[in-house]
Amino acid sequence: MFLALRELRFARWRFTLMGSVVALIAVLMVLLSGLSSGLVNDGVSGLQRLPVTAFAFDGGTKLDSAFSRSVVDNQQVARWRQQPGVREAAPFGNMLVNARSDRGVPVDLALFGVEPNSFLAPSAGEGTGLGAPDGIVVSRTALDAGLRVGDTVTVDRIGTPLKIVGATADQHTFGHVDVAYLPLAAWQRLHAGVGPGQELPAKAAEQATAVAIRADDTADLAAGDAAAGTTTLAKRESYGASPGYSAETSTLMLIQVFLYAISALVVGAFFTVWTISRKHELAVLRAMGAAKPYLLRDGLAQALVVLVASIAAGVAVGVALGGLMGGSGVPFALEAPAVTLASLLLVLLGLLGACAAIVRVASIDPLAALGGQR
Amino acid sequence: MSSTERTGLVLSGVTLRLGDGDDTVTALDGVDLMVRPGELVAVVGPSGSGKSSLLAIAGALTTPDEGTVTIDGRDVTAMSDRARAAYRRDHIGFVFQSGNLLPALTALDQLRLVTNLSKKRIDSRDPAQLLADVGMAHRADRRPHQLSGGERQRVGIARALVGHPSLLLVDEPTAALDRARSHEVVQLLAQETKQSAVASVMVTHDQDVLEHCDRVVEMIDGRLSTG
Ligand SMILES: Nc1ncnc2c1ncn2[C@@H]1O[C@H](COP(=O)(O)OP(=O)(O)O)[C@@H](O)[C@H]1O
Ligand SMILES: [Mg+2]
Repeated sequence: MFLALRELRFARWRFTLMGSVVALIAVLMVLLSGLSSGLVNDGVSGLQRLPVTAFAFDGGTKLDSAFSRSVVDNQQVARWRQQPGVREAAPFGNMLVNARSDRGVPVDLALFGVEPNSFLAPSAGEGTGLGAPDGIVVSRTALDAGLRVGDTVTVDRIGTPLKIVGATADQHTFGHVDVAYLPLAAWQRLHAGVGPGQELPAKAAEQATAVAIRADDTADLAAGDAAAGTTTLAKRESYGASPGYSAETSTLMLIQVFLYAISALVVGAFFTVWTISRKHELAVLRAMGAAKPYLLRDGLAQALVVLVASIAAGVAVGVALGGLMGGSGVPFALEAPAVTLASLLLVLLGLLGACAAIVRVASIDPLAALGGQR
Repeated sequence: MSSTERTGLVLSGVTLRLGDGDDTVTALDGVDLMVRPGELVAVVGPSGSGKSSLLAIAGALTTPDEGTVTIDGRDVTAMSDRARAAYRRDHIGFVFQSGNLLPALTALDQLRLVTNLSKKRIDSRDPAQLLADVGMAHRADRRPHQLSGGERQRVGIARALVGHPSLLLVDEPTAALDRARSHEVVQLLAQETKQSAVASVMVTHDQDVLEHCDRVVEMIDGRLSTG
């Protein structure tokens, strides 16, 4: 560190310039991480909060859009209930609707049809839980959008009125739309497109989108699938079956991968140029008998100091900017583990880039120290 | 570092071939040379005659194709790369053309670096005191670009002496200096050679400064003759 720190001070502008690039990348990284988490929240927080371990969709459903396509019946639910290791199984209905509140607020809602006495029933943070045939419990975020407990929303086209009896304590969204929990019977009518006063076909009264399952780790899901004629996705896998989720997360992932690569390359390029420009000095050091490990350690310590300092600065700026984004309507959520992981990855990949450059030190010939001009 | 007796530098039958394939050059051709502790030997000769090669061999920067190099009775040609680097660090001081100081370090830090290179060094000279000895105390916190050519050479000499070397190797120290500065620098070398009882070899083009040396040898086409 003797040399490393003195060089940092001596060439501070060069290092600051490179550090700024890394810091800016770190800012972007934090913002992207926030956006990722925000989009995940917006896309699937409704699923995350459900106390299930897996969803069983009807066998043969296209899995990338299973939540909008699958239809299961009561028999399949019953089969799942009998599977060993399955603690709970209940029908789960899912559909997206447009609606309008009695105060004229238009809303998009992701309807989660659940049996009010099943393990899927939401707990209300405000108002009451499910019970009334036309009572719904909406996501807390729907209140921010202008709905209130006590409002009645009318589903477009079908004309079914639903009364908001409660709201959840947390954000429950699905496909960027606020979740509204409603009794499965009411969901079945809406799903079949049956308006008030019309008769629900007997078959439709047997149906839901998927079997929501809470199972032990030991449960044999494949056996359940075989018995019930379903295809099971673990909860995490089921996120990919919700609208837009895979496309959004893979796009963001791709951008992040590129940023990591750019960061490693920038750092690698800088230290390559830096090491080459010091070739003669390094030859002098080698002639003076500096051991290769000494020079390697010094170079890596220097890279580490620059990386940690610039990434810390970038993360601080990113977190501050992220704070400003809160409440601006952009789906944005900073999560400490995600930000920490991104920072560590940046440091690690930067070090890797620097390493690739700094190993040159080992192959520098001390003979070059003789006779050369500075 | 150990209690090895100081016997100086002995080159015997040293041959060094450079380049590869058809155009190999015999840079050193059966060179014998002995330099006792406290002795300053000047090496003169036309350019391309092998003077730098002689320093490289004597300084354990590279190994000869034939012959042996012994410093204080130890054969450095038999050592591994790593052992030679450690030997250079602990027993050999280099003074390069125009100092070859590290641009990021102050004059004092150039000297302190030497002690930092080796964690277990026991007998190094005090950097600040040594800097004062070469008349550079007042420039201790200057970096190389803030020093004149003569000042840089003084710092370079001090840096080479920090570790109590057995052998001091100096490559054209006055190449970038005017007459007066050249004399001062070589005088300093001669004086430190005596005081520290170090075996010193100086390559130079400068006939003027030879008067400060104990002995002058001439290099011609890789062969050494008493000048
Ligand atoms: N790396 C090298 N490869 C091939 N030939 C070299 C190399 N370095 C020096 N030489 C040749 O070796 C001879 C001696 O060079 P050198 O020791 O540098 O002489 P001097 O220092 O007296 O000018 C010269 O003919 C030179 O061209
Ligand atoms: Mg030369």
